[in-house]
Amino acid sequence: MNPALLLFASSRLVHLSPIDLVIIIFYFALVLGIGFYLKGQANTGEDFFMAGREMTAWVAGLAFLSANLGSLELMGWAGNSYKYGILAAHWYWIGAIPAMLFLALVMMPFYYVCKTHSVPGYLKLRFGTGAQAISSISFAFMTVLMSGINMYAMAVVMKVVLGWNMHFSIWVSAGTVAIYVALGGLRSAIFNEVLQFFLIWAGALLIPILGLIDAGGWHGLQVRIMQNLAEQGAANPGSYTHLWSTLGSFSTNPMGINWVGIVFGLGAVISMGYWTTDFLVIQRVLSAKDLRSAELAPIIGAAFKMCVPFIVILPGLLGLALLRDPQGHLLRLVPANLAWSPAGQAQGLHGYDEVLPLMLARYCGPGLLGLGITALIAGFMSGMAGNVSAFTTVWTYDIYGTLINKNASDEFKVKMGRWVTVIGVIVSIFTAYIAAGAPSIMDYVQALFSFFIAPLFGTVILGMLWKRATAAGGWSGLLAGTLSSIGMYTWVKIDPSAVRYVALSMDAQDQAQNMYRALWCCLICIIVTVVVSLMTKAKSDYELKDVVLGLTPIPKQEHVSWLHSPVFWGVVVAIIFVILQIIFW
Amino acid sequence: MKSGGALSIWFFTGICLGVNGALILAAGLYELVSPPANEVVLYNLHAPIWWGAFLLVLGLVFSIRHSPARERARMGGNS
Repeated sequence: MNPALLLFASSRLVHLSPIDLVIIIFYFALVLGIGFYLKGQANTGEDFFMAGREMTAWVAGLAFLSANLGSLELMGWAGNSYKYGILAAHWYWIGAIPAMLFLALVMMPFYYVCKTHSVPGYLKLRFGTGAQAISSISFAFMTVLMSGINMYAMAVVMKVVLGWNMHFSIWVSAGTVAIYVALGGLRSAIFNEVLQFFLIWAGALLIPILGLIDAGGWHGLQVRIMQNLAEQGAANPGSYTHLWSTLGSFSTNPMGINWVGIVFGLGAVISMGYWTTDFLVIQRVLSAKDLRSAELAPIIGAAFKMCVPFIVILPGLLGLALLRDPQGHLLRLVPANLAWSPAGQAQGLHGYDEVLPLMLARYCGPGLLGLGITALIAGFMSGMAGNVSAFTTVWTYDIYGTLINKNASDEFKVKMGRWVTVIGVIVSIFTAYIAAGAPSIMDYVQALFSFFIAPLFGTVILGMLWKRATAAGGWSGLLAGTLSSIGMYTWVKIDPSAVRYVALSMDAQDQAQNMYRALWCCLICIIVTVVVSLMTKAKSDYELKDVVLGLTPIPKQEHVSWLHSPVFWGVVVAIIFVILQIIFW
Repeated sequence: MKSGGALSIWFFTGICLGVNGALILAAGLYELVSPPANEVVLYNLHAPIWWGAFLLVLGLVFSIRHSPARERARMGGNS
């Protein structure tokens, strides 16, 4: 068969009209145009890697959120809400908001005072090059894997909706991201992230609005989900629309998790680790023009983060309630590896992660369909560009600049940054194929977080708050935490019955296992760090100035009205967060 | 926002929303006079018309408020 024909050989959900193609092409032209426009403003290391540290609170805040709001988020969490019900919203609420507020009000002043280029850079200041090397290498590894996942998500959209061959989509879309990030660096990534934020809302917001009208409102949606799941013989069908009331035991909810896993595994470890130490998101806030903007940026991000379940979780629930096949029978989505097996393809099965494109095709005709597809493409760009720009910074400053050539000039670093962007994208392409083997995208992502982010949080938080922590303690704690997490994952893969020890229940699904694994490895990291630190010699207070809270003077900020105060807006966001938990209890 | 030179990110955002809004509105109006053979669910609500109009207005507000001329004037006033 002609290779060109192979590109369009698979089946498709919809056919794009000329107006849809115009919308998609306009978006690509605009992002590439922005890249070329900003090329001349990325001449120094500070410009290319930190966007000149001159972003306003709104730009830094929206980029902070957008870097986390890729296609991966949109499709992966919509797929997870189809699979696990409204429990998936925990990753947006208790799994994000407290950590974002903690970052804004406690950790951000500290990061900002350190003037570090990266989180591994902070570890170098606090624990020396050993901890920095582990952190930067594991972070670089994680970002290229995450970038590959975004590429894979993009390819899924193209395959499901447009019928394009997945390999073709992966290579073409990766090329576009490589060009615009290599040209404008972090500034280009941030510009496009803000643009993508608006596109994602413009393209995705109609699905829940029309879906709720279609389902007869929230109550109608609950009733339909109950009926459909009962018809399929699912256990606990009522639990799909309750956030907390089903978390009393492992067996009364679709995720097989209890409140301990959600509150401590997700809320206290994974979430705190991700939002306070993942350099991908921290880099956006570090680009803020002053300390008050750096504090406000995560709060602005948190306010919008609370709204994201409306365009992500709700469409997944609507899919459970409303999706039907062409014959009018209930459409049941299945794990991706089953849906994309030759047998699954022959039966016309769809994977969990396809629920959002399926809902898009249900409600959107010409024009709106193009915008919806563009929103997904924009989300992909956002997620991938964010990972690639963070990878480039960590490679250039923390791996090359620290471990290989400490005397590299600023000009050379910028040149290297551009080349590493391209190389990072090429490596990501290969990792995209690894993601294709995971049953659900988000399960795979959370597994990665539990490997690298959870122990890192233990190390960073001890380093910041406990002056007795030593370099040997930090290094060994981080290594023990990471290895123990990978060890537990491997143990369960080899012997599935080990899940009763790792996640405390045989009912635990992938996400529940990830939460408990994160909790244990963070505890292991903390215990090892404390024990080794107490056995080794601590640094003096003078040596720890500017790297440990309490020994670091935070600069006094100018007096501002309560309307401009980060604390005031932090309290407002916290109150709304509590109200949401009660409403959906 | 100063970063980025004369063209603000909000100007780019306005252009993006405005152009998309205009295209979607046009597609919705065309559908009104020439209904498609395969209608989507809730076609009767004519979402492309009101959603396209909303995006167009939002885009115009952004791009006019943050036009290069206004940005230059604002930066000149601040310096």
